[in-house]
Amino acid sequence: MALLSFERKYRVRGGTLIGGDLFDFWVGPFYVGFFGVVTAIFASLGTALIFYAASQGPTWNPWLISIEPPDLKYGLGLAPLAKGGFWQVITVCALVSFTSWALREVEICRKLGMGYHVPAAFSMAIFAYFTLVVIRPVLLGGWHFGFPYGIFSHLDWVSNTGYQYLHFHYNPAHMLAVSFFFTTALALALHGALVLSAVNPPAGGEVKSPEYEDTFFRDLIGYSVGTLGIHRVGLLLAMNAGFWSAVCIVISGPLWTKGWPEWWTWWLNLPIWS
Amino acid sequence: MRRTIAIAALASAALTLTGCELSPKQSVQYGHRGTGMDQVTLKKVAMAKDDVPAPPYDSPSTEGPRAGAAYQNVQVLGDVSEEQFTYTMAAITAWVAPEQGCNYCHNPENMASDEKYTKVAARKMLQMTRNINSNWTKHVATTGVTCWTCHRGNAIPANYWALPEAGKNGIIGNLHGQNQPLPASAYSSLPNASLALYLTGDPKTDRSIRVVSDTLHPTKANELSVKETEPQYALMNHISTSLGVNCTFCHNAQAFKPWNISTPKRATAWYGLRMVRDINGKYISGLKDVFPAHRKGPMGDPFKVSCATCHQGKNKPMGGYKMAKDYPALWGQPMAQPVSGPAAAPAAPAAPAAPMAAAVTTATH
Repeated sequence: MALLSFERKYRVRGGTLIGGDLFDFWVGPFYVGFFGVVTAIFASLGTALIFYAASQGPTWNPWLISIEPPDLKYGLGLAPLAKGGFWQVITVCALVSFTSWALREVEICRKLGMGYHVPAAFSMAIFAYFTLVVIRPVLLGGWHFGFPYGIFSHLDWVSNTGYQYLHFHYNPAHMLAVSFFFTTALALALHGALVLSAVNPPAGGEVKSPEYEDTFFRDLIGYSVGTLGIHRVGLLLAMNAGFWSAVCIVISGPLWTKGWPEWWTWWLNLPIWS
Repeated sequence: MRRTIAIAALASAALTLTGCELSPKQSVQYGHRGTGMDQVTLKKVAMAKDDVPAPPYDSPSTEGPRAGAAYQNVQVLGDVSEEQFTYTMAAITAWVAPEQGCNYCHNPENMASDEKYTKVAARKMLQMTRNINSNWTKHVATTGVTCWTCHRGNAIPANYWALPEAGKNGIIGNLHGQNQPLPASAYSSLPNASLALYLTGDPKTDRSIRVVSDTLHPTKANELSVKETEPQYALMNHISTSLGVNCTFCHNAQAFKPWNISTPKRATAWYGLRMVRDINGKYISGLKDVFPAHRKGPMGDPFKVSCATCHQGKNKPMGGYKMAKDYPALWGQPMAQPVSGPAAAPAAPAAPAAPMAAAVTTATH
């Protein structure tokens, strides 16, 4: 059974990467697979550890619970559980379960005979997280540089880490990332508005075809990227947002230590006019 | 086409890398783990001339006849021994005018004469030095300062500022005192002349450095605007770049205002800002009629001090080396003999509330 009439092909055998037929089954509407099992184990373990670590902390207020990375003195070694070790184990659980989930998506793509766009897009989010908690800490020589797992505390971390470079809006990759995030939101808003107006005609009216949608944007901006194209644009914008987010944090520290405004002096110092 | 793309990619990769600092880094943790209060710096930083010169000779006796009795017109150092006086003069020469020598300030025919403006200025600076070392221990602690702390062998310290010229009228080419990438605003688009708004030492014109709105919406009593935060942000950037630190050296960006989540360094900086005002207001502005035009800014005011004047890129000038201990003459009363105006005791401002201990906890939300 499929959830929707156009999803008849969902329950197709095969296409697994690992485990052959062993995990090739569904639980209710959900495909399991080897990577579904791995995800379930590590996501549960990680979540349980978050609760256990929170129980050792000062508060149960969900806004204030914070699982913090180790002190700088532990470098790239293991820290005692209560002093950042929880953060380290939870980070491993998170990375394993995120990656397994992406591979489960790959298996589903193979079953459906479609491209790997969805796992590729999710991989970009995993890559951004991996950059924050593994690549940058390794480059800076300490797990200390990971961000804390807490609702308010991770925002404070972002704020302080930004202020380490005096004015983070001058970070060129941050500029790109922010622009891509906003453009993603704008494109989604435009696309959603267009689709909703096409499929919700006045009472008694007919649902409008893509020809109408194209005409609307050709009138408005002289061009319509089309019904398939808009999803490619969306994928491009969203993946770039994630990619440049990863770049903007990994260059802060490992490749630049001063205030970000000062970075732009390379332009002022070009031999053309300096 | 493919070749063009390859060349463009190579060129942009090369250009991007030239903007990077590739050499090894080191890092310091300023706050509790997880707060993100850290600093990454280069292991090797090209610093300004930072060697501390040795004393001219072994510090002589502080006993014996006083300089005020032995020489004429000794208005500040009159309370030190004659030998210490000569020793201090030799040191000052090496610190401030190593090439020009004694004659930079003195008329060799009559050392007591005040005919050279440099001597009048130097006297004021000695009073200032003694004032800092005696009355501003909450900023300079027991380290103190000497002439070298700022001068480093130059008659004019490398880092100074003066009041800015009045802005242009009209809109064409008018940058409204901002959008120029200058060191004073840490190369940002923030206002260039923020120091002149906060640190002249004139209580009538200096703005309050704290720009924090106490209410959610503007009221008649609270008309603070975002725009007013900009020169303040520029001032804070000036402090950071002068000390070679970042915002988290003093602040937890969770909230900049409360003292209990700030680091102890913030209190030191708080006193430092008041010290700068004291120096500019009581010692430097008063030299307006002493300095010749080429030693003054475009508005005719003498060159003033900022954090950079002493710190020169280090959070402790010269790495905290206690140089002043070798010069007892710099630790006396600011006014051995009154010269002009009342003794320059710093105004006793309400001390900031105690900042947090060195290791912060995050349970302060």
